[in-house]
Amino acid sequence: MTTLTADLPASYLTKEQTIASWLLTTDHKRIALLYFASITAFFFIGGFAATLIRLHLVNPAGTLLQPDMYNRMFTMHGIVMVWFFLIPSIPNTLGNFLVPLMIGAKDLAFPRINLASWYVFNLAGLFVLYFLFMGGVDTGWTFYTPLSTHYANGYVVAAAVAVFINGFSSIMTGLNFVVTIHRMRAPGMVWMRLPLFIWAIYATSAVMLLATPVLAMTLFLVGVERTAGVGIFDPALGGDPLLFQHMFWFYSHPAVYIMILPAMGVVSELIACFARKPIFGYAGMTYALMAIAVIGFFVWGHHMFTAGISIYSAVVFSLMSFVVAVPSAIKTFNWTVTLHKGRITFDAPMLYALGFVGLFTIGGVTGLIVATVALDIHLQDTYFVVAHFHYIMVGGTVSAYFGGLHYWWPKITGRLYSEMLARFAALLTFLGFNLTFFPQFILGYLGMPRRYYAYPPEWQVWHVLSSAGASILAVAYVLPLFYLGWSLFRGERAGANPWRATGLEWRTSSPPPAHNFARAPLVTSAPYAYNPEDGSAIAQDGAHV
Amino acid sequence: MEWVPFWPRNAATAATPVDTLFIAELAISAVIILMVFAMIVGFGVRYRAGSDASRSNLVRKSWRFEIAWTVATFLVFLGLFIYGANLYVWLYGTPPGDLEIYVVGKQWMWKMQHPGGQREIDTLHVPVGKTVRLVLASQDVIHSFFVPAFRVKRDVVPGTYETAWFTPTKIGEFRLECAEFCGTQHAHMLGSIVVMAPADYARWLADQGAEPSLAQQGEALFRSYGCSGCHGANSTVHAPPLDGLYGRIVHLQDGEAVTADEQYIRDCILQGAARIVPAGYPPIMPAFAGQIGEDDLMKLIAYIRSLGRERHAP
Repeated sequence: MTTLTADLPASYLTKEQTIASWLLTTDHKRIALLYFASITAFFFIGGFAATLIRLHLVNPAGTLLQPDMYNRMFTMHGIVMVWFFLIPSIPNTLGNFLVPLMIGAKDLAFPRINLASWYVFNLAGLFVLYFLFMGGVDTGWTFYTPLSTHYANGYVVAAAVAVFINGFSSIMTGLNFVVTIHRMRAPGMVWMRLPLFIWAIYATSAVMLLATPVLAMTLFLVGVERTAGVGIFDPALGGDPLLFQHMFWFYSHPAVYIMILPAMGVVSELIACFARKPIFGYAGMTYALMAIAVIGFFVWGHHMFTAGISIYSAVVFSLMSFVVAVPSAIKTFNWTVTLHKGRITFDAPMLYALGFVGLFTIGGVTGLIVATVALDIHLQDTYFVVAHFHYIMVGGTVSAYFGGLHYWWPKITGRLYSEMLARFAALLTFLGFNLTFFPQFILGYLGMPRRYYAYPPEWQVWHVLSSAGASILAVAYVLPLFYLGWSLFRGERAGANPWRATGLEWRTSSPPPAHNFARAPLVTSAPYAYNPEDGSAIAQDGAHV
Repeated sequence: MEWVPFWPRNAATAATPVDTLFIAELAISAVIILMVFAMIVGFGVRYRAGSDASRSNLVRKSWRFEIAWTVATFLVFLGLFIYGANLYVWLYGTPPGDLEIYVVGKQWMWKMQHPGGQREIDTLHVPVGKTVRLVLASQDVIHSFFVPAFRVKRDVVPGTYETAWFTPTKIGEFRLECAEFCGTQHAHMLGSIVVMAPADYARWLADQGAEPSLAQQGEALFRSYGCSGCHGANSTVHAPPLDGLYGRIVHLQDGEAVTADEQYIRDCILQGAARIVPAGYPPIMPAFAGQIGEDDLMKLIAYIRSLGRERHAP
């Protein structure tokens, strides 16, 4: 550790350097790094499963993996990526690090709960590793009953326990953020001066708090039915399989917003900074975030259009799905128009952010297509849906996560990375992503169902294209490991504010001191006071940057 | 559209309207995507840090634009919704079929029963131009009956009947897939729908050998399960008569009124008087849950449907 921080000022990294000082830390910045380590490990576990899936599907006969093994791989890919990477990704790493810094606080409201949430998360992770090495689960990440409660052979209960425990870490984190944002803002940091990243984290936390308990109940009931044979979802025992789907999607649809809202927050910060312009329609952006969080609770039925819900409820859920798309569309327009008359530079974080806008737009409009009930009859459970949600979650959330990581990396570590390699990785992500997932839209309309380990030979060309794209994407995701890792040792000193950004997090040294600010900041202006005429900016505490 | 190399075959009446709507939404999507991409690239070039384009007169009253495009987006979305919902009501409201097929999904095969008693596995022969109504049941987990060329999909949920329909417009063989993950061999829960000219279909039916019709098989079961003891014509037990029951409104003891469709008859047989008692009858019907398999249930229902049909026939 000492070599890494040798030429850096005293900071949260240098305060104490024992292992215990990390494992027992209550510093939100260190906990953010602990989370970063955990979710990076899970990202590569989930990515490994994805790699095997794409390799397997190059051959239409599907001979690389045995059927059961293939089924276990996509199940693991889903469970790990959804709960152990995407949901915690931005909130628990960037959010943990930045929420106190951006609102001018010393720490989160409950530092010990914050640390506890990391231990809970890892306990859940141990259950994942357990079911993984014992042989896996083959229900799909959706645990549909009665397959999961009666027919599946894998370690369903261990997987359900993993996700159940994981939920508590979500709830703890959400609670911590909500209380922190309500109670610990610096003087002058009124609600309408909050950076949009904070608004996004706030909206996300509210959804985490309200939706996650329903998931916990649902999985608990799956466990009870599977182990004790109590009839809840299995019709053979007097239960109702659709009840499971209603309960599961009541959480899992809002969970999509848990994944995408923080990404929207990140991208708002990035676009304003690199366009050197205030974000267009700040107030509208905050309303849109909250509207998505609220309306997102009333659209879950669109996962069940072909499942035998009544025509009436399908039509209502379709209408609500169109309504929830309106604020997302507004956000996209506002980001784009923010570029107008900006003074734009294309540093790596900006490339990721613009990539996000493009991919999110494609994911969004294909979301309208699957929200159209009549079309969803054909598209439901096909690769079209797979492509659509990967555009939102991977093209959207993962791009924003990488963008945010690059943007705040100098703040977190005090080091600069190779800008050229970073831009290359950002472009590679965009290209590799489109090549991987665009062919899947075509496969979907052709009628290729999800979760098939074999398929007719005439569809091979699309699968080969997709797998080729996946190999490019893999390079784009592994590359940052090297140049970001390298920057830790050899990277140039970053200085407090390398991007000349306006947020309070840039008003303290890089890396920040253990207590964040030498003097408690006083906020005098709205965020994003950038002037595109000369590229100058005024920080939220009134300083010229 | 079949000249497009990546377009699915169009072989039923639902395919053209679904494709038309899909193309309309693709066109709107393309406009939105091009607009966003053009703005990103256009602004990116024009307002790059090095350019000397004017940055003065920034738009200050952003809310006018925001309200304008909120309303515009909402109206476009509303239009798409109405178009889609309208088509859906037609696709999902099951019309009376010219032909009724009972389908049982089980890990990992499709069992089809024709009204004439002919049975098939993983293959379904149907005549072209006739509306086929499917009654779908599952014996184990959730499956989904999906024929891409017909643009029809319906989940097959255990414990309940789902109905779906299609009217094939082309002769040929079309791929049937299970679309809901159902375990190890999900990817091989495949079948084919063979659409034939009516004369060929009639010949095919005849070639299947003279099996009793589904209703006749049901009648035998009706006696062997003891149903006829109470519901038969000569019974002394005060049980509801089943003649002409199918499709009628039934008033229940608890005040509810329900239509006697397949699902209702199924629930009555499986759950008995413990759950369903028609008004004016004693609650004595036993529950048959766990004693009758999905195949036999369908035969019984086919028989009960046939009761009274002959009498009402002109």
